[in-house]
Amino acid sequence: MRWQVPRTIELEYVGGKVVRFFSHTGAVFILLGQTVVALAEIRKRVGLWFDQMLFVGVRSLPLIVITSVFTGGVSAWQAAYQFKGYIPLRYLGTAVGKAIVIELAPVLTALVVAGRVGAAIAAEIGTMKVTEQVDALEAMGISPVSYLVFPRVAASVVMLPVLTVFADFIAIMGAMAVAVFFVGLPGEIFLNGVKLFFHVSDLMSGLVKAAVFGLIISLVGCYHGLSAEGGAEGVGQSTTRAVVWASVLILVSDYVVATLLFSI
Amino acid sequence: MIEIVDLHKSFGRKRVLDGINLTVREGETAVIIGGSGTGKSVLLKHIIGLLEPDEGSILVDGTDVSSVRGEELYLLRKKFGMVFQSGALFDSLTVVENVGLPLREHTDLKEEEVLEIVREKLALVGLSGVDNQKPAELSGGMRKRVALARALVAEPEVMLYDEPTTGLDPIMADVINELILDLRKRLGNTAVVVTHDMASAFKIADRICMLFKGKIIWDASPEETRDTKDPVVQQFITGTSVGPIQVV
Ligand SMILES: Nc1ncnc2c1ncn2[C@@H]1O[C@H](COP(=O)(O)OP(=O)(O)O)[C@@H](O)[C@H]1O
Ligand SMILES: [Mg+2]
Repeated sequence: MRWQVPRTIELEYVGGKVVRFFSHTGAVFILLGQTVVALAEIRKRVGLWFDQMLFVGVRSLPLIVITSVFTGGVSAWQAAYQFKGYIPLRYLGTAVGKAIVIELAPVLTALVVAGRVGAAIAAEIGTMKVTEQVDALEAMGISPVSYLVFPRVAASVVMLPVLTVFADFIAIMGAMAVAVFFVGLPGEIFLNGVKLFFHVSDLMSGLVKAAVFGLIISLVGCYHGLSAEGGAEGVGQSTTRAVVWASVLILVSDYVVATLLFSI
Repeated sequence: MIEIVDLHKSFGRKRVLDGINLTVREGETAVIIGGSGTGKSVLLKHIIGLLEPDEGSILVDGTDVSSVRGEELYLLRKKFGMVFQSGALFDSLTVVENVGLPLREHTDLKEEEVLEIVREKLALVGLSGVDNQKPAELSGGMRKRVALARALVAEPEVMLYDEPTTGLDPIMADVINELILDLRKRLGNTAVVVTHDMASAFKIADRICMLFKGKIIWDASPEETRDTKDPVVQQFITGTSVGPIQVV
């Protein structure tokens, strides 16, 4: 006789997952609230904030440059392929530019940063948690939210839009390079296409999304770091969870924010 | 004054503290002895509000630690200096930054003043020339002493020591013992010391309490403790594997 999962256990399993999902979500929102309260101590945290901005922003640049060049390049290539025989190529820049500024640059930048920064945040705070450094902060009367979480969240919310601006620019350059060298479209015509129907609000919406993604990456990273337990293994699990959840939430919130910002 | 009343704590199904009653008077050094895993660290963490009791209360100068939250709790914690068993140094900070952190956070002292106090405390624990090293570059004993310097840098009213001499050579252990005594003499510090180093316990204690099976089963002066006929205490202080304390 084949062994089957008893129904109740299955339900219990799913139910447990759902309950856990909501209790995590609640806890993340509580952490967000505490982080907002920690804003009051911003003057004391400028130094740490600055350090984190360096880490999140400046040190992510090389990675962003590489991913953006190729993202721009491939989107120009794919668009040219899809346009062939239907749409004049002078609209290539229009389509590619919009796609980059609204979707590609913010989302791909966020995913890359989630892998780099989200993982680093979870691993660092997680290690501090399991080695009692977080307890030590508490014992000294220093709030870990103010000392650890706030600088990371503030830095990510500020730096993600900045990185996205770079990504926008570099991706469009990459797209233009492909247009010029491989599609045979003069650079001027490509750029005219980009400018055509260009709305500042498109750019801004991309940056708003980037800020939301920055919040998600840092908050989820801090949350999983602070809930790490055990030893190296626990830190590893927290780090994985932080990256996976940040990535999932970036894509979900991307859709949500898009439906709020753009009416069709 | 610290008053622990009927403190219970379990982790899952594991009962660690099972009705602790203990009072530590102002200016007194109470030493808590007990085997590994009996819950000594857990007890210390309750005093400073890092763990919440399942039952019972901890009163610090009349305030119930588990009833205060947020700012109030942080304020209360400033009365304490705690030396963690593992040291718990911040590994992203240098020695000087580690020790100076409580001052930078809680006082308006200028950078030079902070540095001066930090150097003074480091000298007190017998450390020099390691100012700009990271904890990972130090030996275990040095880390412990940095942790000690950090705990006492703000000259707190109450010091909590979690195995301050474990892992030190006998001479350095005695330096730490002298330091604990000296601190108490100069600042009139109250101290709770968790240890299983009996030499240290006899040297620094006003009172020796023993934690066994979740309860304080012994509470007496060092002299009485040394001469005790209590089989459990006797086994522990003489360090024999045969007796009422089941090792395996
Ligand atoms: N945060 C925790 N979660 C689960 N169990 C814990 C936790 N902290 C301590 N314990 C358990 O409590 C017991 C006492 O631990 P501890 O106080 O560290 O012992 P010790 O007397 O050696 O300091 C141990 O069995 C330990 O596994
Ligand atoms: Mg311990």
